Amino acid sequence: MSPVTNTMSDDTLLKVEHLSMKFGGLMAINDFSFEAKRGDITALIGPNGAGKTTVFNCITGFYKPTMGMITFNQKSGKQYLLERLPDFRITREAKVARTFQNIRLFSGLTVLENLLVAQHNKLMKASGYTILGLIGVGPYKREAAGAIELARFWLEKADLIDRADDPAGDLPYGAQRRLEIARAMCTGPELLCLDEPAAGLNPRESATLNALLKSIRAETGTSILLIEHDMSVVMEISDHVVVLEYGQKISDGTPDHVKNDPRVIAAYLGVEDEEVEEVIAAVEQLEGGAN
Amino acid sequence: MANIENSAGKPDAGLVRKGLTEALFAAVLSFGMFVLYVGLKTDQNISNELIIVQRWGLLAIFVAVAAIGRFATVVFLRPHLDSRKLAKSRQGELDISTEKSFFHRHFLKIALIALLLYPMVVVAFKGPQGSLTYVDNFGIQILIYVMLAWGLNIVVGLAGLLDLGYVAFYAVGAYSYALLSSYFGLSFWVLLPLSGIFAALWGVILGFPVLRLRGDYLAIVTLAFGEIIRLVLINWTEVTKGTFGISSIPKATLFGIPFDATAGGFAKLFHLPISSAYYKIFLFYLILALCMLTAYVTIRLRRMPIGRAWEALREDEIACRSLGINTVTTKLTAFATGAMFAGFAGSFFAARQGFVSPESFVFLESAVILAIVVLGGMGSLTGIAIAAIVMVGGTELLRSMDFLKLIFGPDFTPELYRMLIFGLAMVVVMLFKPRGFVGSREPTAFLRERKAISGSFIKEGHG
Repeated sequence: MSPVTNTMSDDTLLKVEHLSMKFGGLMAINDFSFEAKRGDITALIGPNGAGKTTVFNCITGFYKPTMGMITFNQKSGKQYLLERLPDFRITREAKVARTFQNIRLFSGLTVLENLLVAQHNKLMKASGYTILGLIGVGPYKREAAGAIELARFWLEKADLIDRADDPAGDLPYGAQRRLEIARAMCTGPELLCLDEPAAGLNPRESATLNALLKSIRAETGTSILLIEHDMSVVMEISDHVVVLEYGQKISDGTPDHVKNDPRVIAAYLGVEDEEVEEVIAAVEQLEGGAN
Repeated sequence: MANIENSAGKPDAGLVRKGLTEALFAAVLSFGMFVLYVGLKTDQNISNELIIVQRWGLLAIFVAVAAIGRFATVVFLRPHLDSRKLAKSRQGELDISTEKSFFHRHFLKIALIALLLYPMVVVAFKGPQGSLTYVDNFGIQILIYVMLAWGLNIVVGLAGLLDLGYVAFYAVGAYSYALLSSYFGLSFWVLLPLSGIFAALWGVILGFPVLRLRGDYLAIVTLAFGEIIRLVLINWTEVTKGTFGISSIPKATLFGIPFDATAGGFAKLFHLPISSAYYKIFLFYLILALCMLTAYVTIRLRRMPIGRAWEALREDEIACRSLGINTVTTKLTAFATGAMFAGFAGSFFAARQGFVSPESFVFLESAVILAIVVLGGMGSLTGIAIAAIVMVGGTELLRSMDFLKLIFGPDFTPELYRMLIFGLAMVVVMLFKPRGFVGSREPTAFLRERKAISGSFIKEGHG
């Protein structure tokens, strides 16, 4: 929709530049930049309150950033400036879907209906914006059957097919997390943004989640951007990790690079008692070098 | 609980003693509560002096009712219920039968056939002239409210937008018909769809400013909108004739056949004795058809993407936006669709009454329609229809209860107690059925089997 000069390479999917978000006197995000590559699983990590969810809300249009530019580069070559689009158009046109930290399902609708609501725009068009569908003309019937098939596909992937006709609010917690991911996938996204998908899951559920995310990427080619605290998930599945602390980026690279970055260790992962001196020295050296 | 074993026989002495003490306690309590309200009453005598009327007899009745009621509850009712519960849990079986009765399975068909036959049955028993009150007061009156409540159900029950000014669209429909037919002489069949379109237009106009509001704020603004429409109708006297209202509105015709005593009229044409009953019966079938249209469209819309989006909006608006649903247009369509049905009902109302005035469109009407929707179970067409029959039919029934005058004296006018009974009924229903008569929800699509969704999962929406 919004043409911009093409300054990024083809395999860059999302480019966040100089993003800042101010809530009154609080600088939630301060000059934050990063890139996510197409086909990658990018993880955004950081201690509580670092501003990860705020970054997510800026990317998906729920907040309008105070400053900065978020460029989204579709496979077709179209570019979108996400900070300028309203939230629903980011999903509808730019094809960025998201899930929420505190699960937001339509609890009074069945599991299947949740997935059908996610295909709203496609079905609206097929039903001639309700009018043709209401009088029974047009491709609505065929498209509706197709929508149910797509829903069935994702239900099987998320291992929810047995619960398809139950209300979403009746599912156990782990299943609700998987349903939210399946629902986001039903919008046909190019980028899937997951806000703490493993929160509250037991180790076995975490492992199934890993497998689900990997298969989503492998089979649909959807890139994934995720916020996560569970390091077993982050380190196992992500190709690229960005670390955020107090609204600023402190590290950016492969999981191994980030794991060994002394600033990250000091800020977030914690260190053994005997290593504290060592880490402080390393950080001071780094900061001295930076200054 | 020691009394459970001998509950079939006589209550034991300990229980009776307990019952007597509790009855005494209740008597003292009710005496204390009512002595100043019931026992003594201030009044004015003929020379305008304040006097105290003493009503000890009435007070005694109050106290006795409290004491006896308490005694009966403690000694008979509670042990009985306890023993029943115990017997049930001893049996260890849930009494949920999956097998539905014949009546249950074919309820809708039976109801529709009964409605279609209703005027004929009434005419057969009461004659054309005697059927008037039954067809008009019970049939048409209830069906108008059914239609209004089904229309409001789209806004409140499906989309979860609390609309307290719904009667404004009813007024728009009624005045559209009244004004356009008396100024331009357009016929009912042209104005019926037109009134719906006008009302829908006003729905969109109201929708725009209130879209960003939620919950209580939305309710207040829609309430204000309803009042604005009414005040405009009162004060724009050149057009609407203000509080006098518009009278002698043309009647509806049956494909051009008028219902009057002229040679081309319905009665003459079919060689029937002249009676106003035919017009009422015609109106009955007309409003029944309009109701069926409302129900059909609602059922169809629920299975369309827009209907699912409405329900999703009720469940979680933020999640809707994250799925690419334009919540602005979704809310507007809900407002417009609901308003359209109110517009249809409004033009029908004007054609039926032959007279409209702002007095018919007060806030109380909105409240009654909303109460019917809530009482019936938000989202359920069957529940709402039952609630409308109970509420409106009950009111009409009160009007015809002349025997109450024999009990309470000739000054007693039962319909004045309408709101009291209305409120009491709502409290009672909400105590036992907090989600309304039909609290569950039918899913709009299914893979294996259609299971009703319990009301405990369904959200009410918050604007």
